[in-house]
Amino acid sequence: MTAAAAFTLEVPKSGRWPIFGWFAVLFLAGAQITAFAISPPDRDMGDLQKILYVHVPAAWNMGICYLLVAIYSFRYLWKRDDRDDLIAASAAEVGTLLNGLTLVLGMIWARPTWGVWWVWDARLTSTLIMFLVFAGYLALRAFVEEPDRRALWSAVAGIMGAINYPIVYMSVRWWRTIHQVQSTPSTLDPTYTFSLRLNAVAVLFILIYFIRRRYEAALTERVTEQLSQAAALGGPLHA
Amino acid sequence: MTSPELGSTLAPAKKRPKAGIIAMVVVLVAAFGWLMMGNLDKNVVFFLTPNELLAKGTEAIDVPVRLGGQVKAGTVTWDEKALDLRFDVVDTDGKGTIHVQSKGAPPQMFRDGMGVVCEGRFGADSVFQSTMLIIKHSNEYRAPKAGEKPQEMYKSLMKGSGS
Repeated sequence: MTAAAAFTLEVPKSGRWPIFGWFAVLFLAGAQITAFAISPPDRDMGDLQKILYVHVPAAWNMGICYLLVAIYSFRYLWKRDDRDDLIAASAAEVGTLLNGLTLVLGMIWARPTWGVWWVWDARLTSTLIMFLVFAGYLALRAFVEEPDRRALWSAVAGIMGAINYPIVYMSVRWWRTIHQVQSTPSTLDPTYTFSLRLNAVAVLFILIYFIRRRYEAALTERVTEQLSQAAALGGPLHA
Repeated sequence: MTSPELGSTLAPAKKRPKAGIIAMVVVLVAAFGWLMMGNLDKNVVFFLTPNELLAKGTEAIDVPVRLGGQVKAGTVTWDEKALDLRFDVVDTDGKGTIHVQSKGAPPQMFRDGMGVVCEGRFGADSVFQSTMLIIKHSNEYRAPKAGEKPQEMYKSLMKGSGS
């Protein structure tokens, strides 16, 4: 009882976290105005350039998600606190969503501009591999029943998956690819840079809101599991 | 952690493998990184530049290969009836010209000076027969200058989507 007392789980309260949802709505609305009403169409691509405003923020924020997965997976291995495992899992879910979004938007963009839906170059292939690793991570969580074992295996898988992100990011510089290297403010029209950053912040707020809500759900689920387990074992409901 | 009974049996067992697990993770990470960096560094080349292809000499004749470079300005000829597209690809240094023949309509962004990657074979007649033409876009995005009209690609795409 004393050893377990350190990490007693409680049903989380939302507190002030929902405000990030409102920030997301606000920034998204503002970003749409700058992206569609203020920033002009690209001189080569026309309005297809606007995919930049979702494709790139999705890719950046997926990196933040996977960084959180790595940090909390390491923390779980260190402290063995179930909450770290649940935060890593929530970040992985949102990261996988953004990873899929990056891939799909990239394909939609590639078809009219490059002329193909897909090429097996280093950037696209490594991004797909990362997506599959995290799809595997989520499958692993779904199939392993025992919470401690699930958390341990997931932590290792999560770290292995997260290492892919720097490789994906650098792939266009390390290897010769169809995908162009990262744009910088000097290769972007200033109005594009502004809209891009606004959208990136909007997606960041979505990310924070989603991860928090997912974590609250996961923790509530875990507490319920533990209470029913304790009840089934004949112990007191509140230890 | 869960009930007092479970907590007392699990807690001591959970502490022991900590160092071992972390060491295992570090080793796996290092091995993975070494594999990625060591093995892939020089080998993952999606296409050859004209200079590289020409340097291969007869070795490069009639084997499947990807050629990447820039469309040389003023060399593009397009026969709309025969769907026959001809142009020269040059290296970014402006040297190493290769004649390319391609079938079918090119992607919308195909034009002078654009980066392209052609899939196909370099023939013995020194003409690269391209079976697939891919645009390689730069990382630059610019608003049209005053008086310039942006390309309206999505409209022309809808028109020509049958081809």
